[in-house]
Amino acid sequence: MKKKPGPHISKTSKKEKQDFLENYTLHMADDALILGHRNSEWTGHGPILEQDIAISNIALDLIGQARNFYQYAADIINKKRDGKKKIDEDILAYHRDVWDFKNCLLAEQPNGDWARTILRQFFFSLYQFYLYEQLQYSKDSTIAAISEKAIREVSYHVKWSGEWVIRLGDGTEESHQRMLNAMDDLVKFTGELFREVNYEQEAFNKKTGANLSELKPKWEQKVNIILKEATLPILADRKWDLYGGKEGKHTEHLGYILAEMQFLQRAYPGCEW
Amino acid sequence: MQHKNKKQISVEKENKNSQLPDCPSGARGEWPLWEVFIRSKQGMDHKHAGSLHAADAQMAIENARDVYTRRMEGISIWVVESKYIHASDPAEGSSLYDPANDKIYRHPTFYHLPDELKNM
Repeated sequence: MKKKPGPHISKTSKKEKQDFLENYTLHMADDALILGHRNSEWTGHGPILEQDIAISNIALDLIGQARNFYQYAADIINKKRDGKKKIDEDILAYHRDVWDFKNCLLAEQPNGDWARTILRQFFFSLYQFYLYEQLQYSKDSTIAAISEKAIREVSYHVKWSGEWVIRLGDGTEESHQRMLNAMDDLVKFTGELFREVNYEQEAFNKKTGANLSELKPKWEQKVNIILKEATLPILADRKWDLYGGKEGKHTEHLGYILAEMQFLQRAYPGCEW
Repeated sequence: MQHKNKKQISVEKENKNSQLPDCPSGARGEWPLWEVFIRSKQGMDHKHAGSLHAADAQMAIENARDVYTRRMEGISIWVVESKYIHASDPAEGSSLYDPANDKIYRHPTFYHLPDELKNM
């Protein structure tokens, strides 16, 4: 993916301006759902009982956040669709295809070993923490309410994952090496978190969304504090990041995730139990 | 006959265990056991909720939160490494506790309460 010089923001079209709230909400919903799903893949396979429960709890928290955002997105979309069939959260989660999903690439990366999983969680949860911290004051009252509830859950995720980064980083030779490998794999996906796309810029202009350029230095500072304590290399200026997820351009992993996650609803649409 | 077979089975199991390859670092056996005590919202004392394995106190509290407070069982957690809990020996029960049974003078039951204080 070619990186354009300067801020990557193409001119926002009229339609994009109209649809910004729907896209912004779906982006946060997709982030939470895909990462929640990835974490749920550990259920029954955790390295030790208590951590199996911990990561499953985190997955549940994330899926809960996703539901809140999907319900809101469904409301927004339904208001525009007079006459057409109403959609709900399940349609949004289970009937959209890869190119419609707006989650960050970081969320869809494979679990790998425990080191990769907890590092991914730490990078992402810290981002969510600062994001929700700002969104509590969003002009959109629904987004503010969801963020206020979510930030309590995310505070715990940050604590839990940060402590694991330190334990594994400053642990044995093996755990330290696994953390280095995890960093090699995942750091290149962290840039996207703060790379504003059109609907995010529009959301910010309408005092609904967060200011990503304000989040970035806070996030980097805290990450480096933890990395330092974990005797891991701190983040340096990178000239190259992978991005595209927020605009529906995904790595091949998302296809496999959706194939598994959506199979039941697609094979038996509208099924209940 | 049956008894003999049972013995054989248990011996076989023991042999199998001793032939297991070395567990990778961080094996369960290396993490200490912790006892967990939880106080509920309405409660005044921490009640024993169970035990778990954790590498350190911080992890023990987080694990206790994840494992034992999922259904709002409590709002306060104490964790103690199991090795620091000292318990009385049940076999000594008779010498520890029976002697108190027949010492009625230790209970305040000989005071005559006036009728006005009957509900005390």
